[in-house]
Amino acid sequence: MKNKRDLILSAILLIVLFCVSWFVNGELDSYIRRIVNLCLIYAIIGLSMNVTNGFTGQFSLGQAGFMAIGAYTVGIFTVPVELRANVFYAVPMNPLIAGIQMPVWLALIVGGLLAALVAFLIGTPVLRLRGDYLAIATLGFSEIIRICITNASSFTNGALGIKDIPPLNDVRYIFVVTAITFAFIAALINSSYGRAFKAIREDEIAAEAMGINLYKHKCLAFMISAFFAGIGGGLYGALLGTVDPKNFLFTLTYNFLLIIVLGGMGSITGSMLGAVIVTAGLEYLRIFDEPLEIFGTMIPLFRPGLRMVMFSALLMACVLFWRHGIMGTREITWSKLIAFCKNPLGFFKRKGASQ
Amino acid sequence: MEFFQGLLNMSGASFAQHMVNGISLGSLYALIAIGYTMVYGILLMINFAHGDIVMMACYFAYFGITIFHVPWYFTFIGVIVATALLGAVIERMAYRPLRDAPKNSVLISAIGASFLLENLANYLFSGRPMSFPDIPLLSQNIAVGSIKIQAISLVIPVITVISLLVLLHIVNHTKTGMAMRAVSKDYEIARVMGINIDNIISMTFIIGSALAAIGAIMWGIRYPGITPYLGVMPGLKCFIAAVIGGIGNIKGAVLGGFILGLGEILIVAFFPELSGYRDAFAFIVLIIILFYRPTGILGERTTEKV
Amino acid sequence: MKKLMSVLLVSALAVGVLTGCGGTKKDAEKSDVIKIGVFLPLTGDNAAGGELELRGIKLANKLHPEVLGKKVELVIADNKSDKAEAASVAARLIERDKVKVILGSYGSSLSMAAGNIVKTSKVPAIGTSCTNPQVTANNDYYFRACFIDPFQGTVMANYAFKNGARKVAIIQEVSNDYAVGLAKFFKDAFIKLAGPDSVIEVANYQTGDKDFSAILTNIKAMNPDAIFAPGNFTESALLIKQARQLGITAPFLGGDTWETQEFISVGGADVEGVAFSTAFDREKATTAEAKKFLDEYVKEYKGEPSALSALAYDAYLIAIDGIKRANSTDSVKIRDAIATTKDMEGVTGKTTLDKNGDPIKGAVIKTVKDGKFKYIDFVDVK
Repeated sequence: MKNKRDLILSAILLIVLFCVSWFVNGELDSYIRRIVNLCLIYAIIGLSMNVTNGFTGQFSLGQAGFMAIGAYTVGIFTVPVELRANVFYAVPMNPLIAGIQMPVWLALIVGGLLAALVAFLIGTPVLRLRGDYLAIATLGFSEIIRICITNASSFTNGALGIKDIPPLNDVRYIFVVTAITFAFIAALINSSYGRAFKAIREDEIAAEAMGINLYKHKCLAFMISAFFAGIGGGLYGALLGTVDPKNFLFTLTYNFLLIIVLGGMGSITGSMLGAVIVTAGLEYLRIFDEPLEIFGTMIPLFRPGLRMVMFSALLMACVLFWRHGIMGTREITWSKLIAFCKNPLGFFKRKGASQ
Repeated sequence: MEFFQGLLNMSGASFAQHMVNGISLGSLYALIAIGYTMVYGILLMINFAHGDIVMMACYFAYFGITIFHVPWYFTFIGVIVATALLGAVIERMAYRPLRDAPKNSVLISAIGASFLLENLANYLFSGRPMSFPDIPLLSQNIAVGSIKIQAISLVIPVITVISLLVLLHIVNHTKTGMAMRAVSKDYEIARVMGINIDNIISMTFIIGSALAAIGAIMWGIRYPGITPYLGVMPGLKCFIAAVIGGIGNIKGAVLGGFILGLGEILIVAFFPELSGYRDAFAFIVLIIILFYRPTGILGERTTEKV
Repeated sequence: MKKLMSVLLVSALAVGVLTGCGGTKKDAEKSDVIKIGVFLPLTGDNAAGGELELRGIKLANKLHPEVLGKKVELVIADNKSDKAEAASVAARLIERDKVKVILGSYGSSLSMAAGNIVKTSKVPAIGTSCTNPQVTANNDYYFRACFIDPFQGTVMANYAFKNGARKVAIIQEVSNDYAVGLAKFFKDAFIKLAGPDSVIEVANYQTGDKDFSAILTNIKAMNPDAIFAPGNFTESALLIKQARQLGITAPFLGGDTWETQEFISVGGADVEGVAFSTAFDREKATTAEAKKFLDEYVKEYKGEPSALSALAYDAYLIAIDGIKRANSTDSVKIRDAIATTKDMEGVTGKTTLDKNGDPIKGAVIKTVKDGKFKYIDFVDVK
């Protein structure tokens, strides 16, 4: 009964949100749409990072590399064939791929699959490492991917980057992709695989003793994470209209780290909230980069660079004082919302010992 | 085959020059790797901010000599002191509060600290590259036959070895060192035995940061361009060097540094077409080591107990 | 309690975000002001160049503060040397600040990131020093004040050949699109002059690399007559220093990114005698506008202006000139007027824009002597 009710409510919510995105697409200016799209894309990638870092407890810093794979797949295959010679003006495009052109949705899927494949290849040696070593190894691979992209000029145009990607600033399209990602990952986490992931996070040795194949599950989590990071990266490339290797430095991964830490590692709704706050926040924190005048006096500290200082200070504050983020490992579920509506204040009274 | 052209055509003089370059770079990596491995050995955490501490030390030196016109021998001492303090502050603010938290939080905090330092440097000093002050005594060129070496390149290995010996002495033959080793073996018992954990850990960071400062000074003289992101790649590579040699093992860090430095130079020397892939070399070696011998060349094998 | 706080905080943030988003209708355009957007990297890798260009634009604004009876207001935005930021910032300048023309950027990849946006929003943009041909190719709304890399590469190749070089090595910053593009054009031009085997080696390094000893030792063994090393000035200065330390005596040639004070301060005595192409020099500055620019610059900033400031100043002039000739504040009309710019008197000479939006203009070759930049030669467009 409850499950059916939840599903109907979720479906209604999705339709409502879709109509909202239709409205946003039509009525609001392209700057706002761009921000909204960036929020959604960051949400996808934040979710993908949460699958490994939050749910499976495997600290991976490789998102930027997988994003790059997705973005470049979209870049290479969606630029119209007639424009390619112009874009690849230094080293001509490799004839094997020069003629292939795909629509965006196909390129996204191919990009995701390619990223998942690379994750599989990387996962084999790397996933047997723990904690710090895994972080450094995945960081290293992210950089290796970037370095390979920079040097493989006939495929990726190297440092010159790919431009003239047909731009995608359609909120509805990106919303649909985000909704699909959300639904898939929610379903995954609530399935037996999801429970296996959480078991691995809590205590690997116990999980293995209970019969969970560690390697298979870690690899699966890693591949799914890479798949969605690839899709997110592809959308990112389409949104920007151009890609180049410098976009995908490992410092990009730090954005997503903040998103999942802020939202709560281990909460899907938390990552969505985190994405909105971080993306919108980065835009609004822009005021810190410009000189500020109050009552005609210049405040001396406000100059370019302050925004990122605040951003990194926020990350530090979050991890020091608010380790579980907004949601911790909890989710916003329909049951809780309905309970909230029925009795707003009583909702916050602690029942018994702990929350 | 054209690919091996570089290998086959290299003259003896070129090869000798490459070796000299490799040892020079290697000793620099080794010096910074020692600081990394110290902290990891005692605290079992990767101090992501180590590379950025090196960067801040370079800026301190720049300010001391170029802006405030303090003679270089005084400035360098000041830089070491200031950097050691910086290290202690970072430990106090970013790592101590999380000592009882899960490992992942400390890692995120380290990443956050590193990121904060980079952005702070970018904000305070602007992203424009500055020039590390030139010390003519140390940057002059010396020619040995047809091989050219900078004076500083002769100094660095000496300093590395001295630092290594001093550090080994401290760790193995002093009370503080004994306390450090106790903390690294078993943190809880050490506390129960009356060792002041906070002080020992602060001391570790102070020594590690002082080493970073020395490394920074050497680095700055050798490669004079200072930017806020100068610590990133060396930080990663020196960590990899420490892992290659056996993380936690000071001699291993020196060995790892030389392996990495020589390897990088020789790869480009023998295969010039791969010069763009040079940074990838360090990461590939890391993967190989973690795959086949995760405790590093000089590390001890440990089994994880339930 | 903690839970209540979390929910309240989130709601507050969400409300804040939504009201911020919810289309605050921009206050009606003040009719006595024309806004020009300035889109430059003021932080990040390219901050040095961005700052110099900002100086040029501010100076131009000071000396030419009005057009069509309206005051010209500069809206300055920092694209942080990052492409994603560049796209965002350009969109913001157009949608929120409602600028009529955009000036910028330093860094072709940043300009290209904004390319689509200015095209769809129909707001003309004038690049200041972005030399990659891709910026204006296929984009009717992007123009520029500087020459393009195919021209620059050919100029340096000709200079090398003219001075007796028959074998050259190229060391390129492979992760910098400017360097890669320029290297390619140089290579093609030089091979045309000196034959297919004349480029004996192309070596690569990454942005941020500090140690070039390996590639330099290899190149030393090959003994080239000259070395072309396009790249950012920090890496290039270190590269040249290390080359001299290793005993390489061949002359170094480069592009316009070398003309910054940091190149000399990082490179020291080792960069004496290099040659590079750039857009402006005091000795070639014959127009009246140039004299005004030089006097004001020295008064305001004390020190010689770089080509970047001169080009940025000219970009501003092209914009003003376009607005004046269009006699309207409609961006499409302004764009059409800019496209027909002919013989406009600027700091770097008389500017005429060709059908791609690129100026037909010569290049100055400079060197470093006694710790200062010095003019050597001028190469005009054939």
